Amino acid sequence: MELDKIENILEKYFQGETTIAEENQLKEYFSSSDVAQHLEQYKPIFGYFSQVKQQKSTQEIPLKTKKRNVAWLSIAASVVVLLGVGTYLFVSEKNAAQPVAQSELGTYDDPEEALKATQKALALLSNNVNVGIESVQYINEYEQSKNKIFKQ
Amino acid sequence: MNQNVFIELVNPFKDKVFRLAKRLLTSTEEAEDATQEVMVKLWNKKENLNDYNNVEALAMTMTKNYCLDQLKSKRAGNLQIVHNNFTDREPQLDRKLEDADSLEWVEKIINQLPEQLQVLIQLRDVEQYEFEEIAKIVNMNETAIRVALSRARKKIRESMVNAHSYGIR
Repeated sequence: MELDKIENILEKYFQGETTIAEENQLKEYFSSSDVAQHLEQYKPIFGYFSQVKQQKSTQEIPLKTKKRNVAWLSIAASVVVLLGVGTYLFVSEKNAAQPVAQSELGTYDDPEEALKATQKALALLSNNVNVGIESVQYINEYEQSKNKIFKQ
Repeated sequence: MNQNVFIELVNPFKDKVFRLAKRLLTSTEEAEDATQEVMVKLWNKKENLNDYNNVEALAMTMTKNYCLDQLKSKRAGNLQIVHNNFTDREPQLDRKLEDADSLEWVEKIINQLPEQLQVLIQLRDVEQYEFEEIAKIVNMNETAIRVALSRARKKIRESMVNAHSYGIR
């Protein structure tokens, strides 16, 4: 019938210029029983396209399960954390009841000894502070020489 | 968005995702896995899905990228196994046998094309997307798609003609 037309469309097809409707025409033509002898070779191509389109995925989409797992995981994790924090607090509460802490803080019973230790600590502190001040004094030098150069 | 709404949204193109995955990957199982993966990714994105005006194109893009990634990570090690699940169960055995044989030929030829061309052939000739939609999925402009598609089709034709007239010329 319209062999010319088919050949025309076929040429356009290979140029990538056919519309969906024209491509459907080709598919229809090549799936019919009377395909012209010299076009026979294109038959499998279009047959293949139609056939592949029949394939379906048989698998279910596993949406809820994966989501659930994550939820359960987070619940389990938070339970573990809560238990850990709980036992820690429980145990430390028990320990705090005993006056163990006092002996560990380095308290002195003898006032003389305590005075010495305090003085030593304060001396150490002031020494260190002085070291800091010394190095800051260099900055004053800079300030002076800057004033010499840039006179206001 | 609840599960039912999502399933309803996804169902129209679920098989297209599967077929694209199967085009690129080598076995049905792998394609099923890829489909599942893409669907789960979509589901995890469900809060933002309304921001996309074309979820189908998004899904197809995700599938394409996922499969190409899969191939990249596997190419180094694995041997490719060619699947031939396109058997036909219709009557008229003698005729059909010959047909099935040539359909397998087409399949082999398409599998030898570069992946980009395979994707285009799949999207256009099998799924029959408009060029505009394909442009969105593969992120190319329409002219480039037409040119590439023409090249792919001509390659298929060339190989088919060679196979068809094998031993004659």
